[in-house]
Amino acid sequence: MAKKKENQSKAVKWDYSPAPESSSHINMKDQYELFIGGKWVKPSSGKYFDTINPANKRKLAKIAYANEKDIDKAVKAARKAYKTVWSKTAPAERAKYIYRIARLMQERAREFAVIESLDSGKVIRESRDVDVPLACNHFFYYAGWADKLEYAFPNRKVESLGVAGQITPWNFPLLMAAWKIAPALATGNCVVLKPAETTPLTALKLAEIIEESGLPPGVVNIVTGYGDTGAAIVNHDDVDKIAFTGSTGVGKIIQKAIASTDKKATLELGGKSANIILEDAPIDQAVEGIVNGIFFNQGHVCCAGSRLFVQESVAEEVIEKLKHRISSLIVGDPMDKNTDIGAINSKEQLDIINRYIKIGLDEGATMYQPDCSLPKSGYYCRPTLFMNVAQSSTIVQEEIFGPVLTIQTFRTVDEAIEKANNTPYGLAAGIWTDKGSRIFNLANKLNAGVIWANTYNKFDPTSPFGGYKESGFGREGGLQGLSAYVKLK
Amino acid sequence: MSTQKDRLSLIIPNFKESPCVDKVGVEERVARFQTRSIKAEAKAQGLRMALNMIDLTTLEGKDTPRKVKQMCYKAQHLHSVCPGLPNVAAVCVYPSMVGVAKKAVGDSGVKVASVSTAFPSGQAPLSVKIMDTKFAVAEGADEIDMVISRGKFLSGEYNFVFDEIAAIKDACGKTRLKVILETGELVTLDNVRRASDIAMYGGADFIKTSTGKIQPAATMQVTYTMLQAIRDFKLKTGIQIGMKPAGGISNSKLALHNLVMVKETLGEDWLTNEWFRFGASSLANDVLMQIMKAETGVYQSTNYFSKD
Repeated sequence: MAKKKENQSKAVKWDYSPAPESSSHINMKDQYELFIGGKWVKPSSGKYFDTINPANKRKLAKIAYANEKDIDKAVKAARKAYKTVWSKTAPAERAKYIYRIARLMQERAREFAVIESLDSGKVIRESRDVDVPLACNHFFYYAGWADKLEYAFPNRKVESLGVAGQITPWNFPLLMAAWKIAPALATGNCVVLKPAETTPLTALKLAEIIEESGLPPGVVNIVTGYGDTGAAIVNHDDVDKIAFTGSTGVGKIIQKAIASTDKKATLELGGKSANIILEDAPIDQAVEGIVNGIFFNQGHVCCAGSRLFVQESVAEEVIEKLKHRISSLIVGDPMDKNTDIGAINSKEQLDIINRYIKIGLDEGATMYQPDCSLPKSGYYCRPTLFMNVAQSSTIVQEEIFGPVLTIQTFRTVDEAIEKANNTPYGLAAGIWTDKGSRIFNLANKLNAGVIWANTYNKFDPTSPFGGYKESGFGREGGLQGLSAYVKLK
Repeated sequence: MSTQKDRLSLIIPNFKESPCVDKVGVEERVARFQTRSIKAEAKAQGLRMALNMIDLTTLEGKDTPRKVKQMCYKAQHLHSVCPGLPNVAAVCVYPSMVGVAKKAVGDSGVKVASVSTAFPSGQAPLSVKIMDTKFAVAEGADEIDMVISRGKFLSGEYNFVFDEIAAIKDACGKTRLKVILETGELVTLDNVRRASDIAMYGGADFIKTSTGKIQPAATMQVTYTMLQAIRDFKLKTGIQIGMKPAGGISNSKLALHNLVMVKETLGEDWLTNEWFRFGASSLANDVLMQIMKAETGVYQSTNYFSKD
């Protein structure tokens, strides 16, 4: 009898081929000026700085460096626009401009996504599926409120504030600009916005769209620069309100700077949010939630679920599955559609993360990193787990702002609540359980501005976002986001 | 492969306490698999892999020996104008057609799988199911695809379902057993998870989503839930179980997304037709069409691909 032919296949390695998003369609200038009074003006200092692509350290563009004089010019332009045009524009007209900006952004969503990924190092999947659509939705959402403010605040007279100085961080550059500009415009304010120095490009692209939308000159001014530029906005006499998203350290400086003035402020600061897994949780989905909670945007998320609390009875299983799961994460080129974890935003940030990893090891914690390859050039960090840590460990107490998760166990729900609340921060928390009653119990007792149940890092323009304690005050998003930009009488 | 003796030495868990599954979380994870972009070399490799994992299926009341022979010929000559293509993994037929199929596939290496246990409803006494299975095995079936008693499962009689699977596994002897959960009738993912656990502890070598007679069939959500059950079973017992989504996977893109899901949930050990199969009748031609597109640069009309 002839030997039977073999039709059984052998297990082979199957790697995904590179699937890079094309950047040939984007329109990016070599040099960007300041957007003041509806015009692109050169910085009075004549100084420029480079913005680079953190994935390969290549220079993307030269960016104008604004000083006090430029900020004064921008605030004056905003004040003039407020007095002569914007405060007299009918709310329904304001809405039309905001809708137009939203639509223009949506039309160029791909260009925005690509530039965002190039400038910030975040993966194209996230900028394409999260950042840009959410930013558009914020404009759409607040456009709807512009002529309905009397319903937002029944029986109150609603007045705008005037000129809002806004300072945004580098983790969600476009999205944070949208969070700040959209409600300010809807409520009838003018804006001077400064994006972060490492990621100014999408805010400048937004300025181009604003220009194209025909929004009256000076209603939105976009100025670029470093910390001193931001300080000039905060300290300018004619600014009525400061909206800041960034580190708790800078938040404290701002708070001090405006202490003796009547400037209003909303501060959205750091966090060290707890993600709590109870023993009855759907474990596999909880593991996904942990991954999404800490590795989303390389962990550069103020509400990142950076402290994991697992009930002891399921701790072993959760950690084993978590290790298995992160070994399938692809770290690499942010422009590749299959990349899960992109580049760290800057060398400075990578140094900070590496310093904390060293502290973790020095303090005797057990580290786990998957054995994945990293690109040779550019700033990258493997997803990192730290076991054997305690409330008193530095890496448990301080915000790392990177893909580093600390894992602690607890025995009872009360213990979890106590530990979760035992932090100066209070931005967000996650609860994983199959029991509704447990969700309500924990949600009532956790001191955090945002609490997710059986999910994590979900954002929506209709939902307010903001912190407790040193994570800041004021809310952005939703109906509550409007009150940060109005005087009620 | 584990023997039934190995399996019976396991400590049987209380199936009422099978892990719960969060549907929203599963949908989100599945959506992520679907954003994977499979291009170039990875696509070419994936398509060939998929082709080699297909169980070419005909399960109709009107099946005849001639129809089955034609399908078996197709199984061995998928697309002769393109040399070097693999064969499909198996053909899947009713017990009465096993003899015909066995002869028709000859020594090609294509396996013959037979549905049994009063497929598709499973509404028959155990003695009939055992006879059905033994008949198919005697006719030369390499694999048996049994159905579970969904009515008993839904009335909470998990031990009944378990015992039945164990009895059929006995009747199979060395023939590999695939256990069809018919997830479209189990409805919830919690049920899918529980039924997967029962099947694996009962003696399944493979777990399979559907008969193809009930909608919805092999949704990615269901397959993902079953893959996780397989991974947990491997972690707990060290025994590797195969997976067969069946019904509804009709195009290459969906097949590739399924392979992505297997790779990222279970690992590459499962990326072979020993451990992963597609139960499908129309998938093969779509995969062939994509392979030809990759080879020639253009899509060819469906008229160029044989329909057997």
